[in-house]
Amino acid sequence: MATAQTRTLARTMMLPAVVLLFIWMIVPLVMTLWFSFQNYSLINPMMTGFAGWANYIYVIGDPSFTQSLVNTLILVLGVLIITVVGGTFLALLLDQPVWGQGILRILVISPFFVMPPVAALIWKNGFMHADYGLLAHLWRFFGAKPIDWFAQYPLFSVIIIVAWQWLPFAALILLTALQSLSEEQREAAEMDGANAINRFWYIIMPHMARAVTIVILIQTIFLLGIFAEIRVTTGGGPGYASTNIAFLVFRTGILSNDIGAGSAGGVVAVIIANIVAIFLMRAVGKNLDA
Amino acid sequence: MARNVSTQAKVGFTIGAWVIALLLFSPILWTILTAFKTEGEAIANPPTFLPQHFTLENFGAVQDRSDYIKHVTNSILVSVGSTLLGLIIGIPAAWSMAFAPTKRTKDILMWMLSTKMMPAVGVLIPIYLIFRDLRLLDTVHGLTIIMTLINLPIIIWMLYTYFKEIPVDILEAARMDGAELWNEIVHVLVPMAVPGIASTLLLNVILAWNESFWTITLTSGRAGTLTAFISSFSSPQGLFLAKLSAASLLAIAPILLLGWFSQKQLVRGLTFGAVK
Repeated sequence: MATAQTRTLARTMMLPAVVLLFIWMIVPLVMTLWFSFQNYSLINPMMTGFAGWANYIYVIGDPSFTQSLVNTLILVLGVLIITVVGGTFLALLLDQPVWGQGILRILVISPFFVMPPVAALIWKNGFMHADYGLLAHLWRFFGAKPIDWFAQYPLFSVIIIVAWQWLPFAALILLTALQSLSEEQREAAEMDGANAINRFWYIIMPHMARAVTIVILIQTIFLLGIFAEIRVTTGGGPGYASTNIAFLVFRTGILSNDIGAGSAGGVVAVIIANIVAIFLMRAVGKNLDA
Repeated sequence: MARNVSTQAKVGFTIGAWVIALLLFSPILWTILTAFKTEGEAIANPPTFLPQHFTLENFGAVQDRSDYIKHVTNSILVSVGSTLLGLIIGIPAAWSMAFAPTKRTKDILMWMLSTKMMPAVGVLIPIYLIFRDLRLLDTVHGLTIIMTLINLPIIIWMLYTYFKEIPVDILEAARMDGAELWNEIVHVLVPMAVPGIASTLLLNVILAWNESFWTITLTSGRAGTLTAFISSFSSPQGLFLAKLSAASLLAIAPILLLGWFSQKQLVRGLTFGAVK
């Protein structure tokens, strides 16, 4: 048992981490809230003072906000669907006895270690470029007219790139969960005459449910903040066609120097993320007791 | 792993798995191949698979254009520096939560995790202004501080889940032998925790290396890391596909190698121990 002395010491050792994270969380957040109610533009220093809800009305009332919000949802949902379905399929495949298991894992996980701007640029120029991208060559090979991906389907193109980065993560986590399923359980089901589809639905799926939940929640946290992929490919355009909330805040606050409006957008982003976070905390928190 | 599968099925699964794995890997493979082609060959129609005129000149051109050496140095300083700083702050904290838990330990852990959920854009503007006023914009140490704070919750969580697995009995046995707390940590805990600490270090270096929000928004020329280096290639002036590929390869190669070693820890670290 910990003595009183150890407990005091323990609390002291925890202090730096707690204090730092507390400052990191509270100070900027309070400032964002404060700015969001101020007239504050770096371009026009004459404009000062309390703004009331004006910044919020300006940001939320602008058509670009609605479009960014819709884009954010499409981006998150699109990537989630591709990665969870694809990841489950890939995990099931990698769980089978195959030759070269180790190298396969390395090939599959690699995209996850590619930094976002590189991922975006190699897709943009190496694969999706309308003249010399590999996909354009492929289209021409089959006699089709190559697609100018970022001009014709900007948001969809971003979804493809992000899904490529996150599919390995989903697959790896689902594979890990799959491999913790006891062999006895599977064999018992097999001996009882359950076919592959029944085994998947009644044995594997329930076992994987929690891993799937965790994949969805963690990815959502990251996907809400997708930034670099948009910055280096479409720059949010054409128009606002591929702007998400994160990019909109950057565009308003940093590129247009409107601190007040940018902050209001930031507060909205925090609220959206918090709704997601509550669910994640519950899922992870449950595990802490186990 | 003694599942009975016919050779036929194994061949089928093997082919299927390899096709999909190679498809997923193809953007990286294509980048590697293109990096060693001449500019003309890189955009040739029809394309070549293997470089016909193998060349290394792209790498030299990239160094001349964007100073790779400077950016990779910044990346190493920021990712390693922030991880070490995070470990120095995180190890004592994780130690006390794992071995001297109180009623509030769980709440504190969850709260730390919650700081990770705060979207970066929500605090971008204040951080940007604070950095501007403190002259931390575009500095390596400024970026290191931010990166430490971003990854601290993950560091503490990972260490905590590893420390939790060390049997308390062993620590207590050492204590009864009269070992001082300091000795207990250095001679008993640390040797047992080395694998966990190493995994934490590795994963956090990778995460910091690839972090692309703060590194792009808070730097310009001087303190730019590899994410900023590569973003400077986003507008194609004076083409370039071979050079872009060379630059991409240079930016991802170090971490790709590290990543292959740490893939197992990745699952555990990024799911906060919820999937093992």
